[in-house]
Amino acid sequence: MHPDPDANEPVPYWSVAGLWLGIRYALPLAPAAVIFATVFGSIAVQKGLTLTEAALMSALVFGGVAQLVALDAWTQPMTWEAIAAATLATGVVNSRFFLMNASFRRWLGSLPAAQIYPMLLLTTDSSWIIGTRHQAEGGSNASVLLGAGVFLWVLWVLTSMLGYLAGALAPQPQRFGIDLILPIVFAIMFVPLWRGTGRAIPWAIAGAVALVVQHLVPGYWFMIAGALAGAISGGFIDERN
Amino acid sequence: MNATDSVHGITLAAILAMAGVTYLMRVSGYWLLGQVPITARLRRMLEALPGSVMVAIVLPIVAKNGLPAFLAIGAAMLVMYLRRNDIIALLAGLAAAALARGAGL
Repeated sequence: MHPDPDANEPVPYWSVAGLWLGIRYALPLAPAAVIFATVFGSIAVQKGLTLTEAALMSALVFGGVAQLVALDAWTQPMTWEAIAAATLATGVVNSRFFLMNASFRRWLGSLPAAQIYPMLLLTTDSSWIIGTRHQAEGGSNASVLLGAGVFLWVLWVLTSMLGYLAGALAPQPQRFGIDLILPIVFAIMFVPLWRGTGRAIPWAIAGAVALVVQHLVPGYWFMIAGALAGAISGGFIDERN
Repeated sequence: MNATDSVHGITLAAILAMAGVTYLMRVSGYWLLGQVPITARLRRMLEALPGSVMVAIVLPIVAKNGLPAFLAIGAAMLVMYLRRNDIIALLAGLAAAALARGAGL
């Protein structure tokens, strides 16, 4: 055992109250999940998936952008080449989960692996935002992450199936700005992270790299490229107070 | 021809491959940071990481969606700064997006 340099950091724990708090934090994100899942379900019909297959993909992959991008590569009948394309696209889009869960290590690292690794299956943009917010507010209740994750997973699978059954009734996400809910929530959760312009240089680098990569490289590489550039530059910029 | 309760072998293979690569992404970052000592430099990287992820996702979306997205995100951040309430801030952002698109921006 090496001495713990973070002796003053709060110890993570589980509680039923935390589950409910996680669901409360997830409520503003629920409409976006419902719309997204409905759109996925209705496109799955067009791509020739059965209801069971669509529900299985939502349950096992549980990542909206990845599922839509994969359906874009879908063929009828499915070929091994299409499987490779769908899997690669899924990996690129979901590579942000690598960084998101890495950012939880210091928070959750002292909890047993048998409790944490199953919960990491439920990581989405939404649950990561919720966990990051809980941490930023000084909280350390791991159940917040679990409550939000389970709630959003159930909602996601059920509304994927509803969207499949509704078929062509796909709503237009652009009405009422529902397609912008996720970026708006990301921007809202960014506000409490602000600690002055000196600490913001890595974020500026992240944004610049993301924009350049978005412009030059097709697909979703901009997310991981920008996030990595920001984090790495943060490590090499000296703390200034 | 598709019975709704059936699962085709090749489709199942595709779903399992997607799920596998996704789970690998979900666990490997967390696992990796349990294997390396957390130096001061790595700690600074981790402190810059959440904000970097947010900016790297939001800015390209704003660039793609133009003025309505810019106004929506600006309104939401302003209200969050003033009121510190996520639901009010989200409603402000959505209202700004609807107004901007309604105005044909």
